[in-house]
Amino acid sequence: MTRFAMVIDTKTCIGCGDCVVACKTENKVPDGLNRDWVVEATQGKYPQLTTEFRSERCNHCSNATCVTLCPTGASHYWKGTNIVLVDPDMCTGCKACIAACPYDARLVMHPDGYVDKCTFCHHRVEEGLDPACVSSCPTRCMHFGSIDDPGSEVSRLLKTRKNKVLNPETGNEPNVYYLI
Amino acid sequence: MKEELFVTARSNALIDPGLHIWTWEVAMYLFLGGLTAGIMVFAAIMTVLRKDEEAPFATTKLALLAPIALSLGMTTLFLDLEHKLFVFRFYTAFQLLSPMSWGAWILIVIYPVSILQILSTLRAGYPQASPYVDRFAIGKWLLDWCEAYRRPVAMVAIPFGIALGIYTGILLSAFSARPFWNSGVLGPLFLVSGLSTAAALVALVARNHSEKVLFTRIDLALIGAELALVALFIINLASGTEQQLLALESIMSGPYALVFWILFVGVGLLIPLLLELLEIRGLARRVAIIAPVLVLLGGYVLRQVMIDIGQESTWTRYDTQYNAELQDRLHD
Repeated sequence: MTRFAMVIDTKTCIGCGDCVVACKTENKVPDGLNRDWVVEATQGKYPQLTTEFRSERCNHCSNATCVTLCPTGASHYWKGTNIVLVDPDMCTGCKACIAACPYDARLVMHPDGYVDKCTFCHHRVEEGLDPACVSSCPTRCMHFGSIDDPGSEVSRLLKTRKNKVLNPETGNEPNVYYLI
Repeated sequence: MKEELFVTARSNALIDPGLHIWTWEVAMYLFLGGLTAGIMVFAAIMTVLRKDEEAPFATTKLALLAPIALSLGMTTLFLDLEHKLFVFRFYTAFQLLSPMSWGAWILIVIYPVSILQILSTLRAGYPQASPYVDRFAIGKWLLDWCEAYRRPVAMVAIPFGIALGIYTGILLSAFSARPFWNSGVLGPLFLVSGLSTAAALVALVARNHSEKVLFTRIDLALIGAELALVALFIINLASGTEQQLLALESIMSGPYALVFWILFVGVGLLIPLLLELLEIRGLARRVAIIAPVLVLLGGYVLRQVMIDIGQESTWTRYDTQYNAELQDRLHD
């Protein structure tokens, strides 16, 4: 499995939301629905508070429970990678995958009815481009690439910077990393 | 303090502010699926034990209700689908690790098994209807064949009925992302509840007194088993991870606590348990209709409450709306 990862630097993210707009534009996501979103997380005790911004989306897990539990095979891995896609022609809209995602990253495409989600812009990845959110980031805090390649930018960042994934204890092996 | 807020709006339908993808349609299907399982299993067991005299309704008439209940359930399940035209896709794949895929195929196999079960007792149970089948050569041949193999047909119906009853619970327990459901007890709990509702149905509908008493006794044992499984389910949550402890809170306090404890455990299990105990001692005969009705109601409430609480239990929590408590958290 070729593993594609997104590495997002919370130190340089300013929470502008450009990634969300870029995704909606690139993927023509209908009004009122979002494949990605920005979270502001504040921790500590006043006055010692720390804030981080996180651009979140599907984690394209290496062990994706949404793929395992899909009854029709509509949820699948794209071409032997960890990129999780939904085939609208296979999807019955049973919503099992929505319940199966510990990150609540899936949504129903209204009014069509099939389930939709972040695709890591696989149509751009196929052409050697970065996903729309990554390319549009004005602070360049988002990085994309293969972590199987030790020389890639994402591998280098993960080797040299402190990082985390969200809820690793789900066992889903998420592939969106945050530099902290 | 720890506070996580959306900076960009995320109000994805069915997900925000809390997951609410499944409503009464799925709960009704899980209930009717369990009831169907119980109907098939009891009709089969009574046939295998040759209880024609003691339990004529269960032995010869009950099986007819299985495809009716199941078809109603599959209809409500269909209503829940968001991409209805593609429902056939359940049958263009078999996903070994998806209990829902297993379920879709079990449903398809249940129909022929159930129809054989009905045919094997049609002449005895529905003498008005059987001539319509007997009129045709193939119908007569089928009835003769099924009657001759009545007990083997019943023995096949038992595992299929059990599979149908238990898979609905396994289906929910397989969602590791929903801590409230993520318990192996759910399969047996749903199976026992399904058997209990079917026993209550027989106690409610059967005319024969000995049959009513027999199924009231069976139901008593099943309610006892169900109470034990509910206790195990709660012990499992209470001794679990932080996610499971948070999920448990939703039945210990808050809006679902009343539904779970009063409506499901109280009205759906304990009151019928008490009434049935009185009944088999020859007391409270006049209100004998109440206990089975409550058991059936409790069976539905169990599914509804499991669906409602389970889908909301989660690994991911954001503060999506203005929350006055955030002020207090500054000092925690």
